[in-house]
Amino acid sequence: MATLNSRRAARLMISPAVLLLLAWMVVPLAMTIYFSMLRYNLLMPGMESWAGFDNYRWFLTDPAFFAAIGNTMKLVLGVLFITTVGGVLLALLLDQPFWGQGIVRVLVIAPFFVMPTVSALVWKNMFLNPVNGLFAHAAKALGLQPYDFLSHAPLASIIGIVAWQWLPFATLILLTALQSLDREQMDAAEMDGASPLQRFGYITLPHLGRSITVVILIQTIFLLSVFAEILVTTNGGPGTASTNLTYLVYAQSLLSFDVGMGSAGGVVAVILANIVAIFLMRMIGKNLER
Amino acid sequence: MGQITLRNVKKSFGEVDVIPSLDLTIENGEFVVFVGPSGCGKSTLLRLIAGLEDASGGSIEIDGVDATSLPPTKRGLAMVFQSYALYPHMSVRKNIAFPLKMAGMSAADAASKVEAAAKVLNLGDYLDRRPGQLSGGQRQRVAIGRAIVREPAAFLFDEPLSNLDAALRVSMRQEISELHQTLKTTMVYVTHDQVEAMTMADKIVVLHAGRIEQVGSPLDLYRSPVNTFVAGFIGSPKMNFIEGAEAEKHNAAMLGVRPEHIDIVEDGPWQGTIGLSEHLGSDTFLKVLVDGIGTLNVRGTGEVGLHTGDKVSLAPQPGKLHRFGKDGKALS
Repeated sequence: MATLNSRRAARLMISPAVLLLLAWMVVPLAMTIYFSMLRYNLLMPGMESWAGFDNYRWFLTDPAFFAAIGNTMKLVLGVLFITTVGGVLLALLLDQPFWGQGIVRVLVIAPFFVMPTVSALVWKNMFLNPVNGLFAHAAKALGLQPYDFLSHAPLASIIGIVAWQWLPFATLILLTALQSLDREQMDAAEMDGASPLQRFGYITLPHLGRSITVVILIQTIFLLSVFAEILVTTNGGPGTASTNLTYLVYAQSLLSFDVGMGSAGGVVAVILANIVAIFLMRMIGKNLER
Repeated sequence: MGQITLRNVKKSFGEVDVIPSLDLTIENGEFVVFVGPSGCGKSTLLRLIAGLEDASGGSIEIDGVDATSLPPTKRGLAMVFQSYALYPHMSVRKNIAFPLKMAGMSAADAASKVEAAAKVLNLGDYLDRRPGQLSGGQRQRVAIGRAIVREPAAFLFDEPLSNLDAALRVSMRQEISELHQTLKTTMVYVTHDQVEAMTMADKIVVLHAGRIEQVGSPLDLYRSPVNTFVAGFIGSPKMNFIEGAEAEKHNAAMLGVRPEHIDIVEDGPWQGTIGLSEHLGSDTFLKVLVDGIGTLNVRGTGEVGLHTGDKVSLAPQPGKLHRFGKDGKALS
């Protein structure tokens, strides 16, 4: 099958796609790195001058940077925790036979198909709004003071919105994993005297281990770059309370018109994301070996 | 101890009656084999005894105690599954120790029991491996090890050898038989392979469509099957069935004669031509097209110098003809 000839032909045939993708990646990256070395302000076009690593120094010493790193971590970890735990529980529930299973499964997956901007708007205006929101109505009905989620707990609200979007993804992956669990193993564990909780702990959870790592890996990659939900709901505020790294880069380059600094932030974000990715890949590699 | 009594046991899945109604007693220390074609309800019956399925009716007694509504753990039985059902993420040691851990036994006691079981099953070198690193036969031994450490009242085997290759199957078969002789514990064994049933069982239960067709020792079933189903199922190669004029000569709707009970003679009642001959060395299987009867399988002992196309004359051994009535039941 894979003769020397066919391998050479295969390489030749995929090379245009590979070169295109490479250019697609390398050109913007190179330009970002170049811009990050310039003193480049949109308010003063044509005045660019070489800045060396000054942009990096300013970006990394900006107090907003540390706030953004903290927020990014809280956001990623919070959403990961909610989606994996919630995903396992939901998957267990959906794995039970019940009437209308097909429809319920489709409905559960639905939030994943809603665009981030739309779902954030829906949450902002229809649920979290302190005057018209559903939660405000519920609070009033109970005689409580409505809570202004987006100004008092902006990051937690965003974590909630993003978790709501990603929960179906985790549920779906974990449900398929659950369905591939050998029934006889569960029977054997039952014969061996394991209670339902022990069966979950000793059999189901280890079986789900791989899928959970896959869920964590994929979600981390996407969650590091959450942007639309923040832009639509809180604009990173109040102050920097809900600014993550992605939003900080946006704010630097397009709100402060400082493209140089924004580019430096972008490069820092890429480096940090790669560190996370290497760390995750190691963890996954260890988990997938078994 | 390990006496199991089934009274009037029923099982239906929705509209489908898998087991209409069934009575059976399994004596203490017996090796009982449930045998039947696929879909005859033998695995369901085993799962009913194990408690993995709830009976739709009737009662199951284990050692004189009504176990019909007891959960599997409380029945004191251990089961070996077709797919072995080992826990893939645990080492062999942890797999075998799992039931002991669940029973709350101390780690030291459990370890010594695991060592003892590993010794019996020759698993000593593999205790720290994972099931994925073992061969099929070794996995099967681990599954058996996990069953014996519990010291159950009875062992339940659900087609344990069907995933093994032919040679391994024969040796595992012998190992299980030897294990039974050592432990002297009741064993209930489900298989669709009549050779396994014949070689291992003290008592065979032939099942067909959820009904017991016949219960008896292997040779009882071989010598005097009560109907055509049992006659056709027990014995390899299969019994020949003859209908028509030849059967009427013997006052029966159907005649049955086993291939090994037909002799090749100088001048017998049946004349025919060999359609196919299989020479195995120890045996020779001939497919003979007999005039007025049809195809008969004949088993010759040792090397028989006959080949396709040869004319032969056959005679059934006296007293080895089985006569069946119109309803398929054996006529005495």
